[in-house]
Amino acid sequence: MIGLSRGAMIRVCVVAALIAVLPWIVPSFVVFDLIFVAAYAIAILGLVILTGMNGQISLGHGAFMALGGYVVAVLAHAAGWPYWAGVPIAALACGAFGLLIGLVALRLAGVYLALATFSLAVATPSFLKHYKSITGGFGGMSLQPVTVPAGIPLDPQRWLYYAAWAVAGLAFLVSALIVRGKFGRALRALRDNPVAAVSFGVNPYVYKTLAFGWSAVLAGVAGAFYAIPTAFVSPDTFSFALSITLLIGAVLGGIWTFWGALLGGVVVEFLPLVAQQVNAGAPSVVYGVALILVMMFVPDGIAGGLVQLARRIAPRPAPPPSAEPSPIATSAPLGAIGGGISDPKP
Amino acid sequence: MHELTQQIVSGLATGSIYASVALALVLIYRAMGIINFAQGEMAMFSTYIAWQLVQFGVPVWLAFGATLIIAFAGGVAIERIVIRPVERANQLTLVIVSLGLFIALNGLAGWIWGYIVKSPPPPFPPTAITVGGVAFSAQDVGIIAVSLVTLGLISLFFQKTKLGLAMRAAALYPEQSRVLGIRVGWMLALGWGLAAVVGATAGIMIAPVVFLDPNMMQSIIVYAFAAAVLGGIESPIGAVVGGLILGVAINLLGTYVEAIGNELRLAAALAIIVLVLVVRPSGLFGKPSVQRV
Repeated sequence: MIGLSRGAMIRVCVVAALIAVLPWIVPSFVVFDLIFVAAYAIAILGLVILTGMNGQISLGHGAFMALGGYVVAVLAHAAGWPYWAGVPIAALACGAFGLLIGLVALRLAGVYLALATFSLAVATPSFLKHYKSITGGFGGMSLQPVTVPAGIPLDPQRWLYYAAWAVAGLAFLVSALIVRGKFGRALRALRDNPVAAVSFGVNPYVYKTLAFGWSAVLAGVAGAFYAIPTAFVSPDTFSFALSITLLIGAVLGGIWTFWGALLGGVVVEFLPLVAQQVNAGAPSVVYGVALILVMMFVPDGIAGGLVQLARRIAPRPAPPPSAEPSPIATSAPLGAIGGGISDPKP
Repeated sequence: MHELTQQIVSGLATGSIYASVALALVLIYRAMGIINFAQGEMAMFSTYIAWQLVQFGVPVWLAFGATLIIAFAGGVAIERIVIRPVERANQLTLVIVSLGLFIALNGLAGWIWGYIVKSPPPPFPPTAITVGGVAFSAQDVGIIAVSLVTLGLISLFFQKTKLGLAMRAAALYPEQSRVLGIRVGWMLALGWGLAAVVGATAGIMIAPVVFLDPNMMQSIIVYAFAAAVLGGIESPIGAVVGGLILGVAINLLGTYVEAIGNELRLAAALAIIVLVLVVRPSGLFGKPSVQRV
């Protein structure tokens, strides 16, 4: 359909079927967790495109999630808009804001962008607290719980689950269509060899800014689905830890493929719970140490590790598991992440 | 007028904290091209150690001295154990590893000492020093003095000692240094140790002001980023000057510009970071001629 190989097509169908039946076989609280997995996966998909394909490190995408969540919340709270109408507005607002930040980001090479976006993430809650009249300040805003449209035989939780995953599916599909074509080719060319790309007439400013904008759109939509399940937003919902979580999810899942976004969403939702069981007193110690160990031993993340494993087992190389047509998804040296962010040493 | 002078001195006090943390960041960035996002958490952890020693009955200043030695050892250990294996990895891996360190240290402090805010014993008497009819708090003056002495000692170390020279050489010309018999790996580890010491000094000095909790350094690290970027991220002098300018500027903006107030001080720091990076990415002192320590 979108040029996927047969093996990839089968994997997509299996995963889609699994997502469809899961809410009927797992306990209700896990369904609730899985809604957040969808939100995380959408946001991390943005980072896979931005960082994995475009070579720009963002530690501040929680800010776009905050904007998306708050747009939906404010529209619902102040203007009585239904959630389904708020989400596209959130996407548009984040896209516009993302294009703006993307323009600035063009000027910030490599680690400078990480530093600036980290600061954006830390400053976001103080913006939310400052503009009290709109955002409800420190205490945030309580919203109406989700209601199921008449005629749909689902409880609110499963309805929200299917809505979130339908949007996630749409996000993955549209993103796949985008990066399949000219746009994706241009991004990869700019990442792997900017000089050659530009001499072939690829305009780096246009493509890099658009990639930033699209990743912000995804983060905004994710922010909406991050806020709706709890029917509550506050500055602490979008703390800077959220931004860091997103990048961690992308890297742990596998920043080179779309599958990495899905796996990353699962990991960042459930790894803290696992860490809690390993050491109830200090889950974040387990989390932090695990992160460092993964970087040392499996720097390509879970998706990269799985591909390596499959290659070792299968007699011939497995096809790339992603919507990524170039061999980068499976075998890129990590250094290929781009002129912008490799070796800043003088 | 008196109030303005007081605000400037108070800004210099917080500014010298930003300067110290920024210097710690610059020391590591120059040597390895790594932004150490965990620098603030390392300082926070050292501050807890100092607090713990004081709780054990160790005299305040002795506890501080002991903490600096522990911080040095900790910094060296972190470089050897955590950073060295990924030293040659790409930028993204390094960012993630330092974030992992950030999360682990933050969690460890919370695990050991809890998340309840503690108020550490102030190293300086809560009195005022009056100069020419203007009263300054002894704490502000003390913070400035201790920070300047620390920064001066660091600068002397790099300028006047053989080890300092070897560390500069290892940072700037690793290959040539190796040929000359300098153990580059260990020089980098010492750099991490020194950065940890500078950060620990800042943490201990600022703890009585911001109070002690695992998240105490999280806004300070952003100000330190802003200071380092303002001064030029490869320039130690720039980090110090940038920190002092930033401290005074943020304090005056927060006090006298109502639109900024207390809450948007962080946003002002963010604006400075973005503005400097867009307009003059090399910062105030980023010219090659003044890049040396």
